[in-house]
Amino acid sequence: MTPIQMADVGIILPELFLAVSAMGLLMLGVFGRGRDTARTIAWGAVLVLAITAVMVMGMGGEVRVAMNGQFRTDGFTVFMKVLALLGAAAALVLSIDYFERAKIARFEYPVLVVLATLGMMLMISANSLMALYVGLELQSLALYVCASFHRDDVRSTEAGLKYFVLGALSSGMLLYGASLVYGFTGATGFDAIAAALHHGGENHGDGAHTLPSVGVVVGLVFVIAGLAFKVSAVPFHMWTPDVYEGAPTPVTALFAAAPKIAAIALFVRVLAGPFEHLVAQWQQVIVLVSIASMALGAFAAISQSSMKRLLAYSSIGHMGYALVGLAAGSQAGVTGIALYMALYLPMTAATFGILLCLRIDGQPVDRISDLAGLSRTRPGLAAALAVAMFSMAGIPPLAGFFGKLYVFLAAIEAGLTTLAVLGVLASVVGAYYYLRIIKLMYFDEPTVQFEAGQSTAVVAVISLSTAVTVLFIAMPSALIGPARLAAATLFGG
Amino acid sequence: MIIQALAFYLFAGVLVAAAVMVIAARNPVHSVLYLILCFFNAGGLFVLLGAEFLAMLLVVVYVGAVAVLFLFVVMMLDVNLTELRQGFLHYLPIGGLIGLILAIELLVVLGAWAFAPDAASLRAAPTPDPATIDNTRALGLILYDDYVYLFQISGLVLLVAMIGAIVLTLRERAGVRRQVVSAQIGRRREQTIEIRKVKPGQGV
Repeated sequence: MTPIQMADVGIILPELFLAVSAMGLLMLGVFGRGRDTARTIAWGAVLVLAITAVMVMGMGGEVRVAMNGQFRTDGFTVFMKVLALLGAAAALVLSIDYFERAKIARFEYPVLVVLATLGMMLMISANSLMALYVGLELQSLALYVCASFHRDDVRSTEAGLKYFVLGALSSGMLLYGASLVYGFTGATGFDAIAAALHHGGENHGDGAHTLPSVGVVVGLVFVIAGLAFKVSAVPFHMWTPDVYEGAPTPVTALFAAAPKIAAIALFVRVLAGPFEHLVAQWQQVIVLVSIASMALGAFAAISQSSMKRLLAYSSIGHMGYALVGLAAGSQAGVTGIALYMALYLPMTAATFGILLCLRIDGQPVDRISDLAGLSRTRPGLAAALAVAMFSMAGIPPLAGFFGKLYVFLAAIEAGLTTLAVLGVLASVVGAYYYLRIIKLMYFDEPTVQFEAGQSTAVVAVISLSTAVTVLFIAMPSALIGPARLAAATLFGG
Repeated sequence: MIIQALAFYLFAGVLVAAAVMVIAARNPVHSVLYLILCFFNAGGLFVLLGAEFLAMLLVVVYVGAVAVLFLFVVMMLDVNLTELRQGFLHYLPIGGLIGLILAIELLVVLGAWAFAPDAASLRAAPTPDPATIDNTRALGLILYDDYVYLFQISGLVLLVAMIGAIVLTLRERAGVRRQVVSAQIGRRREQTIEIRKVKPGQGV
């Protein structure tokens, strides 16, 4: 047996390209002695991510398994990978100017982001518990370093340390759960686990024991706990506000976008793949986690005075809404999740881009009260932020409304009416703090003077994201179609 | 057979005793030394099982690298264990209670433990028959053939760890003189040596 077939190489080509490019960029950074090394490499990394996205799109939607069953590509992974790549690229573009201004621009940052993105792609494509774990670690480890990238800043290093310690704990829980699942099924591959659990479900008529056994359910709950930490769903959300607040703002933008997409995709892959026969077991857990996340995201954000903390709670809430689609456990639910994440990405990118454009004493604005009267000092940015906030609150006709609509519809179809009603109530509460920001910007007097000058690249990211948010209603099929196809491959194959 | 059993009880007994001493020793350096004794005895157990490659690996990696690293850290940090232990009695009741609850829960789970019907065959599938192949080769086949994908990603994880360690700790200080070999070799006599005529009684 030859270890690697050529066909395998064809299937993992985008990941291979990304890995080799990351090492190439690293070499370029170490040996390049130019003045603008950091900037060149950051743009090089953006280019690499874009090329990888094109390569991923070229993979098509068919289900293909490679590397001895460790790796799987299908319509769903392609959709989610493209989103993660776009998120990482947008966060990189936002970071370039900020890091140079803060005098912490170093070429390692883009390299770490590329490696983290590689980890995300491997997570999304994981087809066994072991592949899942190594992908997750690759992503998390790179992100821990990114969080404390501003190493002379106490809060940044604190954020990195907190993220690292809690992340290690969650990895431990995930591994413990995975080992229990392995102990029960005797397999780590997703397909083999699904088959074992399926057979296990069939023979509980003989009265010897009612399957699934307690052990595998305990294992499943631990796996869910580990994954819930990565998407920062309640009750595993504690790290999120502190890490968001402490990390440099462009890094927070990265945290809010790409890893969330990858982790949600992984969540869907794991629960709808190997554990699809245990729907009755995991559905109640996901419903609980989802309600708690939506409620906490709505209520805890009200009293925040820091913009980054507010966005942290807002992202916890958004993950709650996305998990509503997972709780539905249906194809419509997964379509909803795919659409939700696709629309969540531009809103987040636009919001963080705007924060990075508004500087006081060289620092991006963080206190919410400083946004007062923004419509008079910076009308364009105020309008863009208003669009993003309206969209996050889920007010039609903006994109955010449709994301929520699809997940709630799927939940109602699956008979989870209470969940959908609670979700709508939470989004009404959540609308309060989004609208408060808009009120501050449009009806209050300006209190601070922002520094002039903004990078064209950041403005481009903001305009593009805002355009997607506003114009989604004009061509909804451009995103809904691919999201449907993505969900179909997950359930059809 | 009897020798094997005796050897097993010897290794296992010393292993458990040394493990107790790791946490009971007052001096942290002694703890690390007991840990090394643990590793050696665990290696002995592996040999008894016929896994000689793992036994050697345990000695080389854990004794040779990890334990020595521990020793360095312990010596450099100058940990005061008596200070660390101060809260021990204070936290013993609550710690014991949590431990007891966890143990009961584990027993409940294990009591109701049931394997999937085809678990045993699935678990045995990746392992080649030990009679036909020696275990170093068997490990190699699994690690570098079946799971080469995971092996390579682990390599990338280590690369990230290395980059991270350098990013977070390396500081380029000003005024550090580096050796530039080409500049040293390229120096010519005219650039460095100056010949002056010194008149007697005047100095330079």
